Formats: sequence, C-alpha cells, structure tokens
Amino acid sequence: MNPKLRKFIEFCKDFSSNKVALVAFFIFLLILFVAIFAPLVSPTDPYDLNTVSIMNSRLPPFSEDFSGNYFLLGTDGAGRDMVSAIFYGLRVSLGVGVLSGIFALIIGSFFGISAAFFGGRYESLIMRIVDIQLSFPSILVALIILAAFGKGVEKTIIALILVQWAYYARTARSSALVEINKEYVDAARCLAFGNTRIMFKHILPNCMAPLIVVGTLQTAHAISLEATLSFLGLGLPITEPSLGLLIGNGFEYMYSGDFWISIFPGVALLITVASINLVGDHLRDMFNPRLH
Amino acid sequence: MTAFICTRFAQSILVLFIMSLLVFVGVNLVGDPVEMLINPEADQAEVERVIRELGLDRPVTEQYWYFLVNAFKGDLGSSFIFGEPALKLIIQRMPATLELALFSLFISLIIAIPLGIYAGYNPDSKASKVIMAGSILGFSMPTFWVGIIFIMIFAVQLGWLPSTGRGEIGTFMGINSSLFTLNGLSHVFLPALNLALFKISSVIRLTRAGTREIILQDYITFARSKGISEKRVVLIHVLKNILIPIVTVVGLEFGSLIAFSTVTETVFAWPGMGKLIIDSIYNLDRPVIVAYLMIIVTFFVFLNLIVDIIYTFLDPRVRIKGDHQ
Repeated sequence: MNPKLRKFIEFCKDFSSNKVALVAFFIFLLILFVAIFAPLVSPTDPYDLNTVSIMNSRLPPFSEDFSGNYFLLGTDGAGRDMVSAIFYGLRVSLGVGVLSGIFALIIGSFFGISAAFFGGRYESLIMRIVDIQLSFPSILVALIILAAFGKGVEKTIIALILVQWAYYARTARSSALVEINKEYVDAARCLAFGNTRIMFKHILPNCMAPLIVVGTLQTAHAISLEATLSFLGLGLPITEPSLGLLIGNGFEYMYSGDFWISIFPGVALLITVASINLVGDHLRDMFNPRLH
Repeated sequence: MTAFICTRFAQSILVLFIMSLLVFVGVNLVGDPVEMLINPEADQAEVERVIRELGLDRPVTEQYWYFLVNAFKGDLGSSFIFGEPALKLIIQRMPATLELALFSLFISLIIAIPLGIYAGYNPDSKASKVIMAGSILGFSMPTFWVGIIFIMIFAVQLGWLPSTGRGEIGTFMGINSSLFTLNGLSHVFLPALNLALFKISSVIRLTRAGTREIILQDYITFARSKGISEKRVVLIHVLKNILIPIVTVVGLEFGSLIAFSTVTETVFAWPGMGKLIIDSIYNLDRPVIVAYLMIIVTFFVFLNLIVDIIYTFLDPRVRIKGDHQ
C-alpha cells in the first residue's frame, strides 16, 4: 500500500478514537456543506424581495402562512424565513472566518519561519512586534482598526488577519527553530538550494501540524469575533448578513418576547464554533508528543 | 534591571507613537477629515473657519505634530453630540466600567476556584467531566449572545432582575459606586455575570491544572500523614498555593475585562466607556472615538509595562536575560 495512504488511514483511526471529536467533525462537515450550498438547501431565498412578504413578519417557530409556506424556526422582522437566513448567514460567517484565517496563516508562517531562519536582529524585531500585539486583547485590536478606518467587508477581513497573524507567526517560529537544526535542512543547504526553497519547501511542510491546530482554534475564534463585531455594528455591512448581524437584528425584538429571531442564529453560531473548537482540541492532543 | 526597565519604557513610548500615527492616519487621511471632524450641520463660513482652526489647510506632517502636542496637553477635541471635551466625557464614564469589571472579576473567582479545585481533586468523576465540558462551552459561547439569553430569561421571562442601565449610586468611604446599594447590585449582576463567563472558563482550567500539580507535592503528603483532615488540606494547603498563580494571571488580565466590557455594556446599555465608544461610532462622533482609542491604548501600553516590571521582580530569569541584552 502507498505509505502516504497508510499514514492517512492511521491518522483517521487515531482521530476517531475520540468519539466527541469525531461527532464534532461530522457536524462541522454538515455545517460546511450547508454554508457552501446555501442557495440549494435553503427553503427560500431570504434576500429575494419577490418571495419575502412583510405580512409574514415575526411569525413564531412551526408556523405556516396563508399560502402554505412552512417556517420551522419562524420569521424575522422583515418576514424572512429564519432557516434560510441562518443558512445564508453561516455562509458569510464561515467565508469571512476561513478567508481571514488562510491569509493570516500565510502571512504569519512567512514571518515566523523567516524569523527562525535568518535570526539576529530581524528575528528580534518580528518577535517583539508579535509580543506587543499579543499583549493587546484581540477584540481591542479589531476595535481600534474598525473604529479608525470604518466598517466594511474588506476592513473586517483585514482586522481579523491582523488579530490572528501573530499567533501563527509565534507557532511557526517555534516549530521552525526545531526543524532548522535537523539533518535534512543541512542536506538541503549542501545542495545549495536557495533560502526561499529551503524555508517553504523543506521547513514549512514539517511545521504544518502545529499550524493546523492553531488554525482550527483561531478560525473558531475569528468566526466568533466577526459575529461580535458585526453585532456591535462595526463589522460587516447590512448587505452581508452574517450570523452576528442576524442576532443583532433580533435583539430589538427581544423585549417583546420574540426570542427566536436572535436565539436561533446564536445557536447556529455556537454549534459552529464549538464543533471547530472540539476538533481543534483533539488535534492538539494528538499532535502533542508529551501525551503519548 | 534598570536597563531592562528603560528599554521597555522606550518601547512603550514607541508603541504609543505608532498607535497615535495609526489613529491619526485612519481618521484624517483615509476618510475625509472635513466631513469627519466638523459638525455636519455647520454652514460654509463655519466650515472654513474650523478648517483653518484645526489646521487642515496645513501640511500633513504639521497636522500630525499639532495632534500630538494637543493630545499631550490632554486636549483631544470636543464631542459633536455632547459639546463637552471628549476626554472629560470618557473620564466621567470610567467608574461605571471599572465597577463592572471589578465585580465580574469577583464573580468569576467565587464561581471558578471551587469548581476548579473540585475538578482537579477528583479528575475522573462525572461532575468534573461536566465542569470541564462546561468550560469548553464557555470558551465557545459568544459573550454578546449569552447576554441576550440572560436578558430573555432573567429580565423578560422571569422578571427577576433589571436588564438595562446602572442602578442607584451609593457612597461608602468616600467612593461613589452602584455596588453599595441593593438596587445598584441588582443592575450590575447580569452584566457582570455575562462579562465573567469567559474568565470563569479560563480560571477553572487554570485552577484545575494547579490543583492536579499541587496534590502530588510532598508537603501535601506530609500534611496528610500528620493526620490533618482532608477538608483542611484542601482549604488551607491546596488553596493557598494555587492562589498565587491565579491571582497573578487574573490580575494581569484585568485589562482584557475592560476591553471585552465594550460588548457587555452595549448589550446591557451599561453607561460605561465601552458603550460610549460604540455610540460614538454610530453617531460619527470622531473626537470621542479618537480620544477613546488614545486613552485605551495608553492604558494598555502602561498596563503591559507595569506587568513586565512586576514579572522581573517575580521571575529572576527575565531580569537576567534583560540585563544581558
């Protein structure tokens, strides 16, 4: 059997040893599926003005309107089906979270690995910046950027990248420092490969395990942070209704007892973040050599 | 040691300088400063007068210099909405935020330490597993959403506690705070519990890890072999020793409670600094936004400086490394 395939199967077996993490992983896959295919799996298009009727506004869960449309989780203040709004919201939330996570991973591992590789003043400078940034709470960093530069999709993504890159840089550097002293790096140097090639073709793949762990936990954090910022009205604009905005919209109806408008998007957010966290926690335990 | 403190001090000043540049660029160069800094209701003559007064017709570097000089003098402009100096407005709101943060710190320690000790003492029991699962859930739950649920359950459905605003203010030993009246306490309870949630999760984990380590120590075995009751071992010997790291970490993380109170204050309409900044962003009250950002950044930069200095006293390794650099 192909050794790579065997390794992968072993990894899968190892991962499934924790039933909670396995269930969390499948729930996450389901959420991902719903987010990607939101237009296909949603009962209605919540942002198509032809199908949404204000007559249906604030219907409680399990209700039906006059033309026989069924609303499992009720409707919001504009008469949108909550199930569909949540599906579309998941799409925006996951999209922003994952996109910012990928960019932060690229930027963070670039600086982390190059800091470990070149050392000296460059390394001190980069790690000093990382330290300073990590001494500020993430929400404060995001708040400073969004308050000074205004809200918007790209600004929210930039804020989330700036919040996260330092974690990746620190992780990448610490694992790269271990890898650099190994023989294969010496071998690559003897072959006179360029620095860029050694850093990103040889060292980076061997630093991936801890980066993936940080990546899952950070993505969960980014999704949660984006929801918070959007709820505060600082993150995404109304044209990109993420889960945070849905919860914020429902907040005004809270006092009249219409709980479903902000509770259900929150449940969706909680399940998403918790499932990613559980998978990340288990991955961390798996990659942690001290526990084996 | 002195060299270390000097380096860190210089670094703090540099960070502050960079942050002021960032805020300045964000407010003055990315957006239209005329639109942002001048009251939208002003007429043309007024606009021109203010442009001259604010020095917006001068070169950018000169403008930044004036911004720095004025900020240093404590003049960060006046609010459009309230017509009062921005700095004064923020300082007025500060006690409410500090009160909320302190009370939530108190709640988180009262709840988390006993649970953490229990989970560390009986790591394999069912209850411990529930506690640990709960702490993961606490990490995953978005603070603002939990706040909404609290309002729904305790204020709307049960009607036990008020959900918005700060209560009556009492005076005790010359300090004005709503923590000194019953009405005030009933108002602060829900927001403080909401703000504490995240801290509860992390303190439970910290306490559990500490307890698990400490009960294996020789002095605990010794205390038990002396015939001291198990209750006394936990309450005196274990508790005293885990308190040191917990108090350090929690005390040093007090700043993050202030930062996160922005969210809680918005949900519970708590009249603190956090609500002020969010309201100011809605109302495009730029002077207050700039003032808040500068104050909070200064606060954090100096908090971190103090933390660094305290660490050098607590941990000699940091001190030695600092002297060599």
